Amino acid sequence: MKFGVVVFPGSNCDYDTFHVLRDVFDKETTFLWHKDHDLKNCDCIVLPGGFSYGDYLRSGAIARFSPLIQEITEFAQKGGIILGICNGFQVLLELGLIPGVMLRNKNLKFLCQHIHIRIENDQTPFTRSSKAGQILKIPIAHFDGNYYATPETLVELKKNDQIVFRYSDPDGSISEMANVNGSMENIAGLMNLDRNVLGMMPHPERASEALLGSADGKIIFESIIDYIESRK
Amino acid sequence: MIDKKLLEKHGLTFEEYNRIVDLIGKEPSYTELGIFSLMWSEHCSYKSSKIHLKKLPVTGENVIQGPGENAGIIDIGDGMAAVFKIESHNHPSFIEPYQGAATGVGGILRDIFTMGARPIALMNSLRFGPLSNSHNRSIIDGVVSGIAGYGNCMGVPTVGGEIYFHDSYALNPLVNVFCLGIAEHDKIFYAKAEGTGNPVLYIGSKTGRDGIHGATMASAEFGEDLEEKRPNVQVGDPFKEKLLLEACLEVMNKGLIVGIQDMGAAGLTCSSSEMASNSGTGIEINLDLVPQREEGMTPYEIMLSESQERMLLVATNKTVKEVQEIFAKWDLEAVIIGHVTDGNKLKVKAGGEIVVDVPVDAIVNSCPVYNRQSKKPACLSRIRNINLPAPPEDYNKAFLLVLSQPTIANKEWVYRQYDHMVQINTVFLPGAGASLLRLKGKNRALALTLDGNAVYCYLDPRTGGKIAVAEACRNLACIGARPLGVTNCLNFGNPEKPEIMWQFIETVEGIAEACKAFSIPVTGGNVSFYNETEGAPISPTPVLGIVGIVDDVHKAVSQGFKNEGDIILLLGKTKEELNGTVYLRALHGKEEGIPPQIDLAAEKKVQDFCIEAAAKKLIASANDISEGGLAVCLAESVFSAEAFLGCEVSLKDSIRTDALFFGETQSRIIVTVEPENLDTVLDLAGKRDIPITRIGKVNGQKIFIRHGEKPCIEVPVALAYNTWKNAIPKIFQIKS
Repeated sequence: MKFGVVVFPGSNCDYDTFHVLRDVFDKETTFLWHKDHDLKNCDCIVLPGGFSYGDYLRSGAIARFSPLIQEITEFAQKGGIILGICNGFQVLLELGLIPGVMLRNKNLKFLCQHIHIRIENDQTPFTRSSKAGQILKIPIAHFDGNYYATPETLVELKKNDQIVFRYSDPDGSISEMANVNGSMENIAGLMNLDRNVLGMMPHPERASEALLGSADGKIIFESIIDYIESRK
Repeated sequence: MIDKKLLEKHGLTFEEYNRIVDLIGKEPSYTELGIFSLMWSEHCSYKSSKIHLKKLPVTGENVIQGPGENAGIIDIGDGMAAVFKIESHNHPSFIEPYQGAATGVGGILRDIFTMGARPIALMNSLRFGPLSNSHNRSIIDGVVSGIAGYGNCMGVPTVGGEIYFHDSYALNPLVNVFCLGIAEHDKIFYAKAEGTGNPVLYIGSKTGRDGIHGATMASAEFGEDLEEKRPNVQVGDPFKEKLLLEACLEVMNKGLIVGIQDMGAAGLTCSSSEMASNSGTGIEINLDLVPQREEGMTPYEIMLSESQERMLLVATNKTVKEVQEIFAKWDLEAVIIGHVTDGNKLKVKAGGEIVVDVPVDAIVNSCPVYNRQSKKPACLSRIRNINLPAPPEDYNKAFLLVLSQPTIANKEWVYRQYDHMVQINTVFLPGAGASLLRLKGKNRALALTLDGNAVYCYLDPRTGGKIAVAEACRNLACIGARPLGVTNCLNFGNPEKPEIMWQFIETVEGIAEACKAFSIPVTGGNVSFYNETEGAPISPTPVLGIVGIVDDVHKAVSQGFKNEGDIILLLGKTKEELNGTVYLRALHGKEEGIPPQIDLAAEKKVQDFCIEAAAKKLIASANDISEGGLAVCLAESVFSAEAFLGCEVSLKDSIRTDALFFGETQSRIIVTVEPENLDTVLDLAGKRDIPITRIGKVNGQKIFIRHGEKPCIEVPVALAYNTWKNAIPKIFQIKS
């Protein structure tokens, strides 16, 4: 199988994601330049973290106009697996592939720290190797991670089990304390209705090697690999 | 007409002006005067510091590039090199905290990637006035946000640093930024303009009127005209810089360029004249071709602008097309504005006329060098002998008070605003004594630290200079790293005042002596003079950035306690040294007397022992004793443990109890060992002639310290932790 990591101008977790996929998971991985119109036959597209176009207007707002977005949207519509991490999640929201928006963190500061998330749904291509209720120790690094959606949307998200990760305490309880950025319902990760597009604020690529303090994020990439390889 | 007033505005003396006339054989034009004003400013010319900086050791077997380039370079093995440098952005950060600090980060990043290195880590050393003052808090908020805004967007992690609070920085905060990059030996680039006829390209942002006379501003004291100087501060665009970084590394990787220089202080003037000077050539440029952001800019303004995110690059006629294509791919301008010439002259055309025509050597290498007068400050003898206040009645109270001092307290409020993990190399997160960065695919890892204690330097600059080096190296030794190279940022007041010059000379000589004792070369740095507002200087503040190496990243030692029952050992011996300590300032507001002294040979032995024991996997944790003394050192190890682990310690020395707990005697490290390693460690210490004392064990849920049999400090871990952790956020929450 083959991963594609999209490079927007201002992406800065592109190399990190590439390193983890190629060197930790030993999978064929390629960069996808935002000005091209070519997904190079990838099985999974990762929109990495960073500051696409500097995020001066609104996080992810300009990246959605990049040429490659046309192919990415078509790929999503055909059921292709897409993972948006941090800024990649924000781009997916701007694109409307996932509902809702991101507001500034509740303390109005950039936040970089290890936090915990609880897996809410293990019946997805992104979590199938995990168990619902499992807790991951994983870093966040963002200014705009305060998830907001209308009450009607929230009802839909819950009804359709689209909430994949919630910010939690280390023991798994969903508390206000654990909700570092102020997200509605402690939402840390969401997928689309068709379950092939996932956006998440935490960085699984930063939690894929024990030397760096946690390897809990590996389960997400393992799930994707397992899902795609099982279909081949 | 050039008169006294115009010269004053340009920061030039009459003597300097006459020298310029002699050198260029004519009266300078207005634009030429502007050029000399910048290039002969203290900031660019080092005219007051040069003769003293020569005392620093600059050579060593690992040195690839010493001082004089954009950054220093040391060999780190396997054909890789570490490129690093520290710079100050003090003056702009006071006038406009966010942009001042942000563009400081932007500037140091360019210094590193100009040389072909990919920046992998930033650190910063910050000094502010007391947090109790709301104006100081707004400066801190602006500076921290500015550093975060720029560094985070660039995708370069801010992995560590230091912050101190002291009255002397209230009107003159210090913002020193450090950057380290990695390059392959054969892909290092220099500021060269070789090959007559080769095209000179202007890259990056358009030129505007921002930052004109930034370097001159940084070479004068501040008075009441502070607000007027705000337009001198540049505005940063980190997104543009990120594109510049990627595009520059791409043309370098493909071997398409001859030389490159960033436009930092003194902008187009400095980059063009230095590149020509380095290569013994000349440069001719046409300002009509320079991309401009504003209408009607004069040649003077274009040459002196310090607009950010710009580079000057020399390609060849063969490669220029491909170079321009790569920059176009990254949506950046790359415009040919001139070419390399014979004849060692900087020639600038505008509107069909020649507006500058001067020898580059006159601009770059002919600034007078001053051996300024120096005199020991009279006040020093007055504050030499003090009567120490009586020891406290309640040691628990004293301990918690020291832990809550902003200088000692937890800095998470600051560092969690910085992305410190991007690039996924950060093994030890901020808050550790030194930062540890893995090198992907290698066993070895890089260790970095910034250090400097201005109070010691105020009381005894020579000792303060030595301790700054020793403590930085000690931080590295604690994690098991050998120091490889030094960069320093020397922040002082007005060098035209003999008492400031004395502080400077003493400090530099102290640093030189310590660097020689540790056999580590200084590969570059920065001098920031004129840190005075309305005549009040800062305390002398050298900041040392030291880069070291750990051979096996898996053997690196962290400062947190590891296991219940581990034995706590003290390396070194505690003397009665209370003057200049955080404790005396916190409890008694005293900053007097002779600060802790240092024996460099003894220090080196303790550090070597720690490095050896780490390599042999004999120690479980190590933390150096510095500000706050032994009690704070123990507390830090308690707080850094994965699960809180308390400690039980008993100290037997017959000296004042407060000196024992809070004194800042140098050359001491607290290590813990698993019981089965105890004999081996004691043995090794004996062989290496290291004073070592068993003082207690990791145990319980309290920090419990006795003097002899007498319990003095007995505080639950949670209470101590919360005091330390919440001190800074509390001040911001309540008072903001």
